[in-house]
Amino acid sequence: MDVNLIPKLQTKNSMTTKNSMTKNKIVLFVVTLCFIAAACSKLTEHIAPKSPDEDQLLDGPIEGLSELEKRQFLAGDAAFNGELFFSGNGLGPYFVTSSCGSCHAGDGKGHPFTTLTRFGQSDTLGNTYLHLGAPQLQNRALPGFTPEQLPAGASFSKFMPPANTGLGFLEALTDSQILANVDVEDANADGISGRVNYVTAPDFFAPLAHHQPHNGKFIGRFGKKAAAIDLLHQTVNAYNQDMGITSDYLPNEPVMNGLSNPYFDPFPGPEVQLSTIDNVVFYLRTLKAPVQRNSSDAEVIAGKQLFLDINCGSCHIPEWTTQQSTIAALSNKTFYPYTDLLLHDMGSGLDDGYTEGTALTPEWRTPPLWGLGLSMNSQGGSYFLMHDGRATSIQQAIELHGGEALAAKNLFVNLSQTDKLKLIKFLESL
Amino acid sequence: MKKIILLLACIIQFTTYAQVDSSLFKRVAVQDTSIQLNVDATYNRPFLSVGKSPVAVGGYIEANTNYAVTDGVSEGLSFQMRRMTLFLSSAIGKRVRFLSEIEFEDGTKEINIEFAAVDFEFHPMFNLRGGIIMNPIGSFNQNHDGPKWEFIDRPIASTTIIPSTWSNVGFGLWGKYSKNKWAFAYEAYLSNGFDDRIIDNNLNRTNLPATKLNPDRFEESFNGVPLTTLKTALGHRVLGEIGISWMGGVYNKFEEDGLVLDSRRRVDLLAIDFKTTLPIKTAIRGEWVWAFVDVPSTYSQQYGEKQRGGFIDIVQPVLRRTMLGFEKAVLNACVRLEYADYNVGTFNETGGDIGDHMYAVVPAISFRPFPQTVLRANYRYSWTSDLLNNPPSKTAAFQFGFSTYF
Repeated sequence: MDVNLIPKLQTKNSMTTKNSMTKNKIVLFVVTLCFIAAACSKLTEHIAPKSPDEDQLLDGPIEGLSELEKRQFLAGDAAFNGELFFSGNGLGPYFVTSSCGSCHAGDGKGHPFTTLTRFGQSDTLGNTYLHLGAPQLQNRALPGFTPEQLPAGASFSKFMPPANTGLGFLEALTDSQILANVDVEDANADGISGRVNYVTAPDFFAPLAHHQPHNGKFIGRFGKKAAAIDLLHQTVNAYNQDMGITSDYLPNEPVMNGLSNPYFDPFPGPEVQLSTIDNVVFYLRTLKAPVQRNSSDAEVIAGKQLFLDINCGSCHIPEWTTQQSTIAALSNKTFYPYTDLLLHDMGSGLDDGYTEGTALTPEWRTPPLWGLGLSMNSQGGSYFLMHDGRATSIQQAIELHGGEALAAKNLFVNLSQTDKLKLIKFLESL
Repeated sequence: MKKIILLLACIIQFTTYAQVDSSLFKRVAVQDTSIQLNVDATYNRPFLSVGKSPVAVGGYIEANTNYAVTDGVSEGLSFQMRRMTLFLSSAIGKRVRFLSEIEFEDGTKEINIEFAAVDFEFHPMFNLRGGIIMNPIGSFNQNHDGPKWEFIDRPIASTTIIPSTWSNVGFGLWGKYSKNKWAFAYEAYLSNGFDDRIIDNNLNRTNLPATKLNPDRFEESFNGVPLTTLKTALGHRVLGEIGISWMGGVYNKFEEDGLVLDSRRRVDLLAIDFKTTLPIKTAIRGEWVWAFVDVPSTYSQQYGEKQRGGFIDIVQPVLRRTMLGFEKAVLNACVRLEYADYNVGTFNETGGDIGDHMYAVVPAISFRPFPQTVLRANYRYSWTSDLLNNPPSKTAAFQFGFSTYF
């Protein structure tokens, strides 16, 4: 409406000529725009960032999900990576971290910033510090609240958040498959025993046909001490203990030192819907398994052979195959996690004096090695390996093995430098 | 809302008159021929007056297309109606004037009164301003009209560290003095301020714009402590302008009903802005800001105690002639470089650098058929790192749009 910019009236002839010129210019302008648009679409392929190769990513769904399952996967992805908690939607008031994704960036391993501190139990008789806030320390708090302090005399251990990748495959294994590798008395005299951690199931746990209870307890297969039976158990605990998020599964905030429970909660009531938890659990179940890189590289192949030769594969079992699963895409699938899901005595060097369930303090569940080579992409460019992140390289992590793994560790130490590098290169390819 | 609808109805009516007889409208000439500083941006806008009415109206609109690709994944092409802003000004009396700015962002997703203040000019160096004022921190906050910029996106540090457009209810003084080739300006305001959302929000980072979600902030101060904003600027007709500004106050609810709940926690921002034009007509402008926030040590390091960021825009006219029938049209080649670090510091656990930062490069072409209107084509490439400083995600955005005063 700028009157100064409105062209004055023209004579009819001059208008016709001008209109013709204007039309030509408009046509020229539109054609030019079309060329630019076409060039841009072609150019986009070259100047837009490309997707990282599939073997460089830990996130993404397994193949073969139905359309409905894909929708649930996306809903779980949004809750896991997109839902950030604060006081307005229920965070804390005592917590360790404020979202699922902050502990598992890109679904990879965690960082010392989000390391969990568990405390209170040094034997298999149960945690005697539950009334003082065990088993997990909420070391952060909303403004105006004082974070939890470690009670005097409590033993503790720090747990580095693991990668989420491929968890559904591990959950799909049957109890009998896991029990098949148990060798409590080391009957085969290979120096490696391996046993399961039987844990008390929470009220919301619904056993499947393959679960085999033992004295009312069930086999734990997730967590550093194998203290979580399935991914629902793991997820509900993480919402509650890591973020102070209550649900109908666990309706109370974590217990605090010296505070009665329930204490003042600025956001009372269930802070996450059961449907959201279900979606997150489905997301975790259907995350793809990591894709090995450079698997045909001669040094990687040689490294794998060395890995098996020095007996690493006795605990870090390379290959498993699922049986029938409630999720069709997980059924009858062969995968390569490099774990036996069993507890092993790892020696005094890794004995923090703390444990969970029926595990002993030096016993740790064999962690899956898949995705190991991508750890730095989620750990801020460094390695933080072993249960508490104390190892800053793969070699250091191997050399920290003791107990049942001492013989394998010694065999590694005695390898030539070239062979060590091959073995490490293989591990980096996972 | 009713007032806004009434205002819209009035403007539509004016427009209808204009269709009948455009001579009713007069473009209000800018009287001030002194060196224009950022402090002048409030009134340095095209207005239309109606007949002999003391009321003048104006506004601007901007819309664009957006096609972005992040690490190879695109959500496709979107069309965005960024904002439509209406100005209404009135010469109430001799040296007393009123101006308001009402903005509709993303359609009607956000409707804000960004500015609605009365100026009493007692002396050019002594003006009293009261109402909803725009805190003069940096330059972009005061000088944010879309048609003045060659880039479709607003500068990231100016909108996410400085929460532009950032306005509050307050009072203050401002003045400007010009002599020969020089000009000096100052501004000093007390206003309502921030609240504890800045360290407790669904972005999980220190985020000053989060305060804008508080619907009561135009009604009462969150904690009763005013936010102070001070700015001074020095301009030269040839060299350009440099400004330095500070804004600070207590952001948390430290006391309620006489009960002490927490210590007083401060937020402070310090900004430097500049603009100049080189002899080859290259226009350069930018600003840099540091933010300091007192975050409880027992809280999460996700909420940073320090932030910093800024941008620099370089605009080079490459054609200035009649183009496509537009006399004195200008074609510009431009580039913006920008950076924002939302969490400057190191992790307590490792001593390693905290990430949570982004960089962007934005080459662009702009076409101005006349000064009040700009057509813009932007290519924006940015690198965004997460809190842990993992490898950055990369985004390329292709944008085309326009912005024009009306």
